[in-house]
Amino acid sequence: MSEDALLVYTLRLADTALINGHRLSEWCGHAPVLEEELALANLALDLIGQARSLYAYAGVIEGEGRGEDAFAYLRDVMQYRNLLIVERPNGDFATTILRQFLLSAFMHPFWEAMTGSTDATLSAIAAKAVKEAAYHLRHCREWTVRLGDGTAESHRRMEEALAEEWPYTGELFESDEVEHVLIASGIAVDPATLKGKFDANVDPVLGEARLARPHQGWMQTGGRHGRHSEHLGHVLAELQYLQRTYPGATW
Amino acid sequence: MREHEGPDTEDGAAPETRTRALRKRALAALKTVHDPEIPVLTIADLGILREVKIAGESVEAVITPTYSGCPAMNMIAVEADIALERAGFRSRKITTVLSPAWTTDWMSEEGRAKLLKYGIVPPTKSSSRGGLFGKETLSCPRCGSEAVERISEFGSTACKALWRCKTCREPFDQFKCI
Repeated sequence: MSEDALLVYTLRLADTALINGHRLSEWCGHAPVLEEELALANLALDLIGQARSLYAYAGVIEGEGRGEDAFAYLRDVMQYRNLLIVERPNGDFATTILRQFLLSAFMHPFWEAMTGSTDATLSAIAAKAVKEAAYHLRHCREWTVRLGDGTAESHRRMEEALAEEWPYTGELFESDEVEHVLIASGIAVDPATLKGKFDANVDPVLGEARLARPHQGWMQTGGRHGRHSEHLGHVLAELQYLQRTYPGATW
Repeated sequence: MREHEGPDTEDGAAPETRTRALRKRALAALKTVHDPEIPVLTIADLGILREVKIAGESVEAVITPTYSGCPAMNMIAVEADIALERAGFRSRKITTVLSPAWTTDWMSEEGRAKLLKYGIVPPTKSSSRGGLFGKETLSCPRCGSEAVERISEFGSTACKALWRCKTCREPFDQFKCI
């Protein structure tokens, strides 16, 4: 694979959106209530839509004729560049909501900042994604409060989920040499500059949900460089099954 | 379609007149394409038909998705292509653009009226963060009561939320503003 910075950056965003969307779609048929069934499927649809636009653009950048399907279905675990938080198993409903809340609290300001990208395509994708992320944030925020400040059982589960997921938030704010080049030219956003907005989204909600913000602590990292947990392989086994078993199959 | 707009009488006209006539014909055809998920609206009502370009005898229709993952886009593109073919265009192209991002502000007044009559509360104008995060006030499309409550942020499609009227007890859809 070409080490072109823009390609790597676009794939990191695309892979994060795809795996996040795929995980949420796993709730289809299993959500606690019908309304959440619809909501989580709708969130997944937005994210997979964002992934499609990003993969299509990655294909244009690479210029070797790979389309969105080739990126999604025909790359193995080590070639995926998503954030680790999105490959985490769904867990219970509290864990999914809490994780999606933390992620949306970052993604909304991220896409907002990306609308100012000097790359016209990324800026266009961001202008759509930011509106969708606003709805994701609003939805997960309401549930975070409802569950955190709910029953003793829902509060306990939210506390556990927060402790489990928090170590995966550090990666949101990391950048490396691939991104430094793009940040300098105004194509990418330095995620470290979004920390204040993330905190402003997270802290009041945790307060309202009676959840204590964990200490910064040790953080997980590696997804953006292809170092994944064992969970991603299982996601891809399902996601890629058809194309791996029947190569080139079409509708 | 009136007779003087038909393909036969356009032949031999001055190029600008011809282009104008072709554009008019293409627009009339595209205005018959409906959103498969909200069949009461055409793609022109929704504001997702952005542009019609005529070059010689060729036509290009530019459309934009509502939400990134809108599953209706492929079908809309196919139906737009068929409509143009039926209108006599041999050389056709349907292009999808992402920018500028679609907003519910582009929905026509006619489209809003049609939605309301259909039982879906149209989106409020000037979608903004204020509109999205502020308090929403809307009334039941059937009885007009303002005693309504949101059942679900997400409805049968990405663009709708589900509400209930506490007065007439009927559920209804709201077209969300983005």
